[in-house]
Amino acid sequence: MLNIKCPHCGERSQKEFAYGGDGTINRPNLNSDISDKDWDNFVYLRKSPKGKHIELWHHIAGCRQWFRAQRDTVSHKIFKTAKLDEEI
Amino acid sequence: MQKYSILSLIKNAFSNHEKWDLAWKDPNPKNEYDVVIIGGGGHGLATAYYLAKEHKITNIAVIEKGWIGGGNIGRNTTIIRSNFMYDNNARFNEFGMNLWRNMSQELNFNVMFSPRGIINLAHSDAQMNAYARRGNSMRLNGIDAVLLNREEVKKIIPMADFSEDVRYPIFGGLAQPSAGTARHDAVAWGYARQADSMGVDIIQNCEVTGFDVSAGKITGVRTSRGDIKTKKIGLCVAGSTNVLAEKLNMTLPIETHLLQACVSEPVKPVLDGVVTFGAGHFYISQSDKGEMVMGGDLDGYNSYAQKGNLPTIQHVLTGGVALFPFLSRLKMLRTWGGIMDMSMDGSPIIDKTHIDGLYLNCGWCYGGFKSVPSSGWTFAHTIAQDRVHELNEGFSLNRFSKGYLLDEKGLGTKTWIS
Repeated sequence: MLNIKCPHCGERSQKEFAYGGDGTINRPNLNSDISDKDWDNFVYLRKSPKGKHIELWHHIAGCRQWFRAQRDTVSHKIFKTAKLDEEI
Repeated sequence: MQKYSILSLIKNAFSNHEKWDLAWKDPNPKNEYDVVIIGGGGHGLATAYYLAKEHKITNIAVIEKGWIGGGNIGRNTTIIRSNFMYDNNARFNEFGMNLWRNMSQELNFNVMFSPRGIINLAHSDAQMNAYARRGNSMRLNGIDAVLLNREEVKKIIPMADFSEDVRYPIFGGLAQPSAGTARHDAVAWGYARQADSMGVDIIQNCEVTGFDVSAGKITGVRTSRGDIKTKKIGLCVAGSTNVLAEKLNMTLPIETHLLQACVSEPVKPVLDGVVTFGAGHFYISQSDKGEMVMGGDLDGYNSYAQKGNLPTIQHVLTGGVALFPFLSRLKMLRTWGGIMDMSMDGSPIIDKTHIDGLYLNCGWCYGGFKSVPSSGWTFAHTIAQDRVHELNEGFSLNRFSKGYLLDEKGLGTKTWIS
């Protein structure tokens, strides 16, 4: 069982959270020329490192806020969580 | 190579079974090979076997960081099926079904292929319509599909909960009677033994540390047991694909996720075939030893841990008990996890890459085991001929950017959508 510290609510069981994947993806800017390659990267390519991973989580059965976490994908240890507008 | 038969069994009984030949050698890596296959699992060993058998390329090394058969080929739930709707998936896996049927004879190794059938349960009229459509597509590709109504399902699995006030009442199901199970370890060992007998070097405890690429071409691979020169590398490393891709500065449409399975204590025969309960994220079969073999969803977050967390097992078994209430009285014997190469559309990738001589075999998601023979056969063709076979041309790496997704069932990495 993971215990995840929601930056808004504090530490809760993983059952309250939904996972959102790679937290470093940026959507291409609106009204700019978006190449097929950029769009492919945005839609389909995700980092999947063995080790530290920055990822999105959704406190879906709690405050319903999205936030970022830094987690180890081998030990599952969570080093840090931060609100979306904070540095991680 | 010593042939396995009833006669060799009797003969070796006189020497207390102490004089059997080793099933495969344990060679040191040579300096150079025509082809290096990375990953000594089902797919890698099958690829080496078909390269040697079909394409007469025998100067091959299969390098494996652990021991052969220690990854997902030893961690799956042994289900073999070809109940796919899309032509690419259906033809590819039906081709594999034919290889499965003769595998024990071909490999001279009893893989215990048992075509005991699979049923996907349906819980609404809409789902029955969708299954009718999938069944028709399967039949057009020559695959046996039978749409079962509620009473027909009840005859096959009478111990399921058929009451009408449950959350997901059983409306019927789609069956593929020729689907089945096999003994997973034997598949790895059978391919390894035959490949070895044709001259393939199976090198265990040999981890890849880097690649040599010059002018866009593969020239070699660096390993923990020395550098190996080669012009062709086949990557069959499932959940470790991203780790090796990173060494090649490639980002792939693959995420590595953890998938668990579990078995109960052995009981007397109760369940004949495989039953999937998609609505409850649960599927089940009974092994020849009598254990109920069960699995379900991903743990839901990127992981390389090869061991899972309890909430997922609890979730899977909650679905299991809803379908088969008798499961609540069984003890669990073991749970285990493996790391899956989840592709973004739920279908695999067997293709060439932008690097000359680097071939990719990954993205097997929940269903790598059943595809071991067809994947090995087509991947061997792709490597030997330097072009894809028509069976795997749909499994291209660029299908994502081109928009030709094989989103068979909305699987893939996005479990939160389900």
